[in-house]
Parts: sequence; structure tokens; C-alpha cells
Amino acid sequence: MIPPPVCSRKTLEIGSKHSPEMMCLPFKVFIGNYIESIEKGADTIIITGSCGPCRFGLYSLIQEDILQDLGYDVDLIVIDSIKEGYKEFISNLKKITKTNTLPQLYKSSRLALDLIKRADDLTQKSNYTRAYAVDKNHVNQIMDNYLKTSVQIHGASELINLINKTKEELSNVKLLENYNPIKIGIIGEIYTIIEPFVNLDVERKLGQLGVLVDKSLTPTKWLEHHVINYPFGSEDENNKFKLAKPYLHTPIGGHGRETLGSAIHYKNLGYDGVIQILPLNCMPEIVAKSILKNVSKDLDFPIMTLVVDEMTGEAGFVTRLEAFVDLLSKRREKHLIG
Amino acid sequence: MKKIGVPRGMLYYENFPFWKDYFNEIGYEIVVSKKTNKDILDNGILNSVDEACLPVKIIHGHVDYLKDKVDYIFVPRVVSLYKREYCCPKILGLPEMIKNSIEDLPEIIDTIFDLDKRSGLESGYRDVGKYLNVSNKESSKAYKKAYSQKEKYNDWIRAELLPMNYKFRPNNINILVLGHSYNVFDDYINMGILDKLSKRNINIYTAEDLSSEHIRKFSSYTKKRLFWTHGRRIVGAANYYIMNKEIDGIIFLSSFGCGLDSVLTHMVSRQSTIYEVPFMNLTLDEQTGEAGINTRLEAFLDMMKWRDKDKSYISTFR
Ligand code: SF4
Ligand code: SF4
Repeated sequence: MIPPPVCSRKTLEIGSKHSPEMMCLPFKVFIGNYIESIEKGADTIIITGSCGPCRFGLYSLIQEDILQDLGYDVDLIVIDSIKEGYKEFISNLKKITKTNTLPQLYKSSRLALDLIKRADDLTQKSNYTRAYAVDKNHVNQIMDNYLKTSVQIHGASELINLINKTKEELSNVKLLENYNPIKIGIIGEIYTIIEPFVNLDVERKLGQLGVLVDKSLTPTKWLEHHVINYPFGSEDENNKFKLAKPYLHTPIGGHGRETLGSAIHYKNLGYDGVIQILPLNCMPEIVAKSILKNVSKDLDFPIMTLVVDEMTGEAGFVTRLEAFVDLLSKRREKHLIG
Repeated sequence: MKKIGVPRGMLYYENFPFWKDYFNEIGYEIVVSKKTNKDILDNGILNSVDEACLPVKIIHGHVDYLKDKVDYIFVPRVVSLYKREYCCPKILGLPEMIKNSIEDLPEIIDTIFDLDKRSGLESGYRDVGKYLNVSNKESSKAYKKAYSQKEKYNDWIRAELLPMNYKFRPNNINILVLGHSYNVFDDYINMGILDKLSKRNINIYTAEDLSSEHIRKFSSYTKKRLFWTHGRRIVGAANYYIMNKEIDGIIFLSSFGCGLDSVLTHMVSRQSTIYEVPFMNLTLDEQTGEAGINTRLEAFLDMMKWRDKDKSYISTFR
């Protein structure tokens, strides 16, 4: 099993070159990822499907064509929702984990879940630390080092060691005292939120400005909702649906409803504002954006939307982030005085 | 009589004859917005999010046009028209987009039509009736009347949406015009493409000509289940006409930024390549110019005539 190389801007470039122009950003990232993995020798590719109502569920149809046209001979395994057929689901899982019995399968899946969770926790801790750190670059160095090492090591236990070591390093970073950072929640389409190079490393950029960042969706949150607590869903995510209800009664596909619920969730937690990341042409997020306008007005809560695609440049992006953070600080001062 | 406004956009092109008869039957007058024009488009752009696709912007313009002329506006929330199938996310969220974007609206009738979860259209219409204090019984009666004639929809297309004086002529070039019904039939969106074809004596085929049985059958060849009802119609129609060799070429009218079209154009163009049917994709947005469309259309038709003349000649070389 070959994990895809850590994604980079290059992944996206390769992906964009070989994808139909109108496809959404995550599709292009996936294609880039596949090609990079194949060049490193992968012969099997695993993706999770989803059955509608967004494009994601049909990705594999086109992706197979593209890979074939490029002359790659690979196995594309699509793990569909259990709803599309339990047998398929399990047999695909077995193919991937190369285990044959259910208990074994259970064990290796637990391990994978555990790793994902640990990695997520680490990212969260780094975001937190960066906001308070006296020297932000110190945090960046620690995390860069972690990312670089993590692709070179083998096996779960080594990875866990690395994560633990990195955590400790983060704990030793010198923090500002009596500092009360601006807090911003990141909401929007899941892949765009998760992949730093797709969202132009928005967490790091905000952290650099001394902002505490939290992401509404992480791999762990997704798994807890869609797999671990299947078919009931996790409490947090279900709560978001409830929050979104006054604005949207029915799901609209993708993560549109979560986006709305998350915005309100962050407001309730006392955050200063949220940023919606919208991959160009993403259908559910466009619907969400038109509703967020009123959420922001009704709750008197600043919400900014950033549209990203493979052409988004660093410069304009940073300016907009700075302007938003500026706005939030001014609002805070006003509240304190008023 | 109270007035119900129907914006002339999106699902109008699939349902209007039924909506009209239903509302008339329960005693309401229907007011349809004007045909799409520059004013409607401009107001639509002004009143919707920048990132929306052209059809969504246009329907915002139609709603804006109607808002001070009627007592209600009918924008149903069509979630699903078939078991385990859905519509585009923007259709799912259309009433919300409209309500959050346009100010001073009259009451919006945004009944949910969800055939994945519920038994049928009829119960949807009962919910529509509830908005207007119409009893279930009356509602069902009106529904049955509205849907009693099967040919009604296609008759309407012929009478209202196809170009005037359009006639089918055997032995002429046959072209399948594919795309969402609102792209195919709104001649402002597509710069009058049907007219242009008709003036050149070309026979027009659309997905709407086919029965849903044919669509279902011919759209089931894909490796993954197509879960968009509107996508199925487009892919099914393409497969049907291509495989039955009924057409000489395909023109796909797609919306810029449309998520469905990004997948569908890929599938249809691939199929066309395999069966060697000429295929052209025209992408439409508010910047599309008529001159560009004309040039591309001419080139496409020229190629087809050339093919036609040399058909027997070429085939020996394949
Ligand atoms: S939710 Fe957005 S990004 Fe995801 S498949 Fe749909 S359009 Fe693409
Ligand atoms: S199907 Fe395409 S054109 Fe229609 S609303 Fe959705 S994105 Fe727009």
C-alpha cells in the first residue's frame, strides 16, 4: 500500500491538467493524487464514493476514463455507502486491508481510525499553539518537520511515536501570556477545508496573524458521523442540522447544510467570525453562500466567503484575510468600549 | 381571483401545463413572467450570488419581475422525482436561495416534492393545496385532472416552445439538442438555437420526445448508478438516439459552472466518439455572444454536410 505523497501545489497542477475544466476542485486534487501515486508504483487506488446528490458520487466514472486514456493500468476501488450494498462494502474493505475475516478487518480499521484521529488532534494542537506562540515560525518548523518525516517512516507504531514526539515539541513552544486571540471558524466543503495546499494554508496564515482557528470538518469528524455512528450520525453533526433548520429544511447535497449549521455553531461558541471556503463552482456551497448572507445579518456575525480554484493567487488571498481579521479586531474593541 | 405567479425559468419548462391546470382547477389565476429578456437577466444577476449558474440567475430575475404583481409565487422544492434519485443541489436549495436573495417577496409556495421519501406527486399537490386552504379531496381531483392527458406536455412543447413553422422533414439532417430543458427551450439563454436550426431545415430531436421507459432503459448502461434524474434523462436520450442511429449529430447546451453538465458532457461526448457521431458542446453564460455561437454552429453543420455527402466514401476507410 502506497500512501499518496504529501499533497502539494504540484498535485493540483497535475490534476487540473488532466481533468475536464468544469470539474470541481476536489476532483482535480484526486486526479493529481492518483497520478502521483501511480508514478510511485501504486497499482490499486481506493476512493470513497457517496451517492448523491452531489458530483462526488460520480467521480469514479470519469476518473477511470481519464486514467485509462493516460495509459495507466490500475484498479480503482470505490467504497460506496453501505446503502448501495453491504456485501460490496465489506468485500471492498477486505480487498484494501488485505484481511479476510471480519474480526481482523475490524481490528485493522480500528487502527486506521486511531491514526487518523491522532493526526487530526496534532493538527488542531498546532493551530492552537500557533495562535498563542511568541514565535509563530517555531511552530511552522515543528510541523514542517513532522510532515516531512511522516512520509518517510513505516508502520503504525513509528507514526504514533512521531506524533507523540511532535506533540511534546509543541508543548514546549513559548506562549504569549494574557493573550486573548481572535477566534475564527473555517467552514465549507470538506476536502477544501482539509487540504492545506488547496485552501492556500488558510489555518497557518491566520495563525501567523495570531488568530485561533478551528475547522468545522476534519477526517475524524467525518468518520465519526458517517462510519462509526452509522446510521445515526454523530451528536455534533446532528446538532448542526438542527441549527441549520430555520434556514434550510432539507439537505442540499455535499456539505451545504453542515456549512450553515457550523456557522451558527461557531457563533454560539463565542467565535468572532467564520470564513467559508468555496471551491469554484461547488453547487451546495453556492446555495449555502446565498443563505449565509442572511445568517450573518440575523445574528450580527461576520462571515466571509473565499472562492478558491487552481488559479487563486497568494497575494490577494492574504490581503483579504488580513482585512477580515482587522474587521474582527475593530468589532471587538467597539464591543469592549460600547 | 387570487393570483399565483410562476417564474418562467428552470422547472417551468418541465411542468408548466400541469401546474396551470392544477391551479386553475382549484380556482386560482396563473401569472407567468415575461419571456426572458435583458432586464430580467440583469435583475437576476443583481439579485443572486455571483457564483450561481446562468439559469439560477435568470430565475431570480423572473421572481423579481413577478413579486409585486401577484399574491403568491410558486417555487416548489423539488428534491427527488424518483426513488433514490435527486435533483441538482441548486434545485434542492432554490426556494432558500430566492428567499434569502430577493427582498419584499409575497408568500412563496415552496412545497416539498420528494418522491424518494414519499409515495407520489399527488401528495405533493395536496401540500400545495394546504397552503391555499384547499381540501385534500379537491386537491386530488385537480391533480388527477391536470395529469389525465399524457400527451399534454409534448403538445405544449410543440405549440409553445419549438420554433414557429417548425416542420419535421424526412431526409434532412437530424440533430439532437441536449441539455437541461431550460437551456434547450429558453431561447434567450441559448441565443435562439432552435430557430437557427429550424431556419436551416434541420430536424430537431430533444430528450423530451422520449418516453420515460426508454430513458430509464438507455441510461442504465453506466457503471455507477446515475442518481440525478435530470442527468439520466440526458444520458438516456443520448444513448437511445445514438444506438438507434436516428441522429446525425449532437449539440449539447451546457451551463457554465454546472456540476451536472461537467459530468454529463463527458459521458455523452465519449459515447459519441465511440459511435462516431459528431458532438458539439456550447457552454452558455451571461458573457456568451451570439456571434461566437453562430460561427461554431456553421462550422459544425458544414462538417456534418461534408460527412453526409461522403458517407459511403469514408466508411470504406474506417
Ligand atoms: S460538494 Fe462541491 S466540491 Fe464536492 S462534489 Fe459537490 S460540487 Fe464538487
Ligand atoms: S443543474 Fe446545472 S444549470 Fe441547473 S441549476 Fe444545477 S448547476 Fe445550474
